[in-house]
Amino acid sequence: MISWLWLIPTLPFLSATLLVLFGSRLPRRAVAPLGVGSIGLSALVTALIAASFVTNPPAGHAYTQVLWTWISVAGFQPQIGLYLDALSLVMVLVVTFVGFLIHIYAAEFMIEDKSYSRYFAYMNLFVASMITLLLGNDLLLLLLGWESVGLCSYLLIGFWYRDPTNGLAARKAFIVTRVGDCALMIALFLLFTKLGTLQIQDLMQRASVAWPSGSTWALAATLLLLGGAVGKSAQIPLQVWLPDAMAGPTPTSALIHAATMVTAGVYLIARTHVLFSLAPAAQSAVAVVGAVTLLLAGFSALTQHDIKRILAYSTISQIGYMCLALGVGAWQAAMFHFFTHAFFKALLFLGAGVIINAVDDEHSIFRMGGLRKELPVAFWTFLAGGCALAGLPFITAGFFSKDLIIWQAWSAPGGHPALWIAGMLGAGLTSLYTFRLIFRVFFGPLGTPVTKRPGYAMKVPLVILAVLAVVGGYLKGPLFAFLHSALPSTIEAHVGSLTETGSEAIAGLLFLAGLYLAYLFHLKKRSLSDALVANPIGRALDQWWFAGWGFDWIYDKVFVQPFIWAANVNKSDFVDAFYTGVGRVAETSYQWLSSTETGRVRWYATVMAAGSVLFVAIVLLW
Amino acid sequence: MQPTFYIAGGVAVLSTVLMLTRLNLVHALLYLIVSLLAVSVVFFVLGAPFVAALEAIVYAGAIMVLFLFVVMMLNIGRSAAVTERQWLTPGIWTGPVVLAAILILEVFDLARGASAGLGTGATGPKEVGIALFGPYMIGVELASMLLLAGLVGAYHLGLRKTEKPEMQRDTGIDEGRADTGRDLVLAGTDRSARAT
Amino acid sequence: MRRNLIFVLMSLEVMLNAAGLAFVVAGSRWHQADGQVMFVFILAMAAAEVAVGLALVLHIYHRFKSLDVDAISEMRG
Repeated sequence: MISWLWLIPTLPFLSATLLVLFGSRLPRRAVAPLGVGSIGLSALVTALIAASFVTNPPAGHAYTQVLWTWISVAGFQPQIGLYLDALSLVMVLVVTFVGFLIHIYAAEFMIEDKSYSRYFAYMNLFVASMITLLLGNDLLLLLLGWESVGLCSYLLIGFWYRDPTNGLAARKAFIVTRVGDCALMIALFLLFTKLGTLQIQDLMQRASVAWPSGSTWALAATLLLLGGAVGKSAQIPLQVWLPDAMAGPTPTSALIHAATMVTAGVYLIARTHVLFSLAPAAQSAVAVVGAVTLLLAGFSALTQHDIKRILAYSTISQIGYMCLALGVGAWQAAMFHFFTHAFFKALLFLGAGVIINAVDDEHSIFRMGGLRKELPVAFWTFLAGGCALAGLPFITAGFFSKDLIIWQAWSAPGGHPALWIAGMLGAGLTSLYTFRLIFRVFFGPLGTPVTKRPGYAMKVPLVILAVLAVVGGYLKGPLFAFLHSALPSTIEAHVGSLTETGSEAIAGLLFLAGLYLAYLFHLKKRSLSDALVANPIGRALDQWWFAGWGFDWIYDKVFVQPFIWAANVNKSDFVDAFYTGVGRVAETSYQWLSSTETGRVRWYATVMAAGSVLFVAIVLLW
Repeated sequence: MQPTFYIAGGVAVLSTVLMLTRLNLVHALLYLIVSLLAVSVVFFVLGAPFVAALEAIVYAGAIMVLFLFVVMMLNIGRSAAVTERQWLTPGIWTGPVVLAAILILEVFDLARGASAGLGTGATGPKEVGIALFGPYMIGVELASMLLLAGLVGAYHLGLRKTEKPEMQRDTGIDEGRADTGRDLVLAGTDRSARAT
Repeated sequence: MRRNLIFVLMSLEVMLNAAGLAFVVAGSRWHQADGQVMFVFILAMAAAEVAVGLALVLHIYHRFKSLDVDAISEMRG
């Protein structure tokens, strides 16, 4: 059973190829089963393999399946190999299962689109690439998957390519993640040069032997790996692409930019955790990046108007939590938060898609309202997801995972009270912006009227994800026991004055505080929020946070404008002058020659006479 | 012989210059005829009686008469004189005079080295006939084909005279068209195609 | 530099005549008949050319209503 591992990435890849080649000739009723079914089959195979793995674990709790040798050059022989352990199994399960639900949703969401088959081709290709990334035995294969998901992200963000702003958003996403990819590639070069292999398990072994803790090579390699992760996972300073990536269709935003692709960076760091434990400074850097990001994104989410941008900033913030966990050494907590986040974030995005579809493509939450009665299924599922995101105590999965991270930010070996405070503050912000969103959209007077209601293909995935968002938290125990075989468990180093229950209690209080403030400002007395924005300090803060703390403006001034200036200066340098000069010479000589052809007989006769005189003179005088 | 040669030569040059500077078309033609006859006399003095006769009969007789026919037919003597007066400013003679002066100088330069001896004895029609039907046979055939082509071309070009109404319509169409430059050459062939 | 088309044709005849004169002089210099033969050919050619040329002059006059050489400069550039 477990030898069917290679089917998991192959099935979506085959489906993508078929859709690319024949998709435009197939009717919609044939494209949807092919596109959705391939992911469904992948999910089924994954579930079977998972069952087999859990009941009958292979030796060392890891299974390697080498398919063939990719390149064979002197000393460098990367293979196409798949490596299955608890970490990759959990992630592949989530990717295929949530992917399957999102594909079902997309089958109805995109039904009216002209390029139906192209959409499913891209989505299937994405899932195939993501699974390749996750199951890759070799860092080179992981890089292949990494680049492919970047490509698919570009293709899907710019799916409606006829609108140039979508193309700009897609290019921005690709270029910004490319910066991260460069760091990742340099890291791979460094690792190969120093350690001689890129095969992950081999690499980890050789690194722990060759490099002492705190060595500069390990520090350099891990900082570069962090650079790559920061790009793909949209953390500071490369987080600017994710809010603009909301230009793509909503199922894309749900799949790629909430549940799966943006967690690739988290996976990378978790996979190479041995290297990170050899470089504590880099690991602290991961934690600091995570903490800063979750706060910045939280403040930005508080001021956004577009429902999808609020959720995008929320994603950036939650991945900040995952990075924070990785940074303090809480590996399993990070994976647990990934697990629950995939469910409730996908749920929130799919719900947002239902809402946007229903109110005729209106995106601003200030123009919506009172949708509680109109879209009941969407309301209850969205409420479940929102409570999970904000961390409603004991009921929702988000509470368990997020609060565990915050507690471990205090207690883990790499933990620090400042990180704990950041995490708590972030939790309060999360609750505040989530309920701002819910109160504005679902409560209050009716805003834009509802024109379309969702069908079953859109409602069923919402319900399934909502159930998972609620009960997922209870899977913490089994999940941790399962992950123990792949990731080291976290010891509680400094407990000190705070206990886990105490931390959870404070988090619960912050949840309620956020809920109450949101209720006050956005339902009971909406004039209060208007007054807050009208106040000069409030307005300045609002605009600054709305623009994402000015990162786009800084990048524009520092990178984009000088580049354009240099390109313009370079447009007419001396090499170009040579080529334009050739053209200009040809044109001038053409002008001269054509001016001799006047059509006047007298002119021709004169010129002929003068020419003959000249010839006679030459003959005479020579 | 010598004085006849110089007088006839002088008459030829003078009458050609006069021909070039006349305003009236018919006067210029008559001066040209005089010039050709003078050249015929020169030929006779040089000992080529055959071409002298040929020049007088064919050139001055047939070709110039053809010119006269066309000029009389177009009947533009008076109006042409008026326009010629407009066009013939003294300034336009500078270019041709300069070029001609250079050419004359070159001719004198070339002629300096040659010995000046007029040949005695005439080369009569008999020698010319032998030469024509001997080595120059192919030239004769080619010339006859050229004359045939000229004959047929002139015939067709002239044929439009009998199709005046059609020609009127054609010029109407031609003026309606944007590019009319092609008609100078194609016009005749088009109409001849329609005629046959 | 005459602008009248008939003058142009007449000047052309003068030129041809001059060339023929040169040929005949050369032939008589060496007492050979070849010069006269060349002149005969030139004469034949001039006759054909005059015939066709004058027919074209007639067409031009009917087309452009003038005999100005500059008026028929439509093959410009």
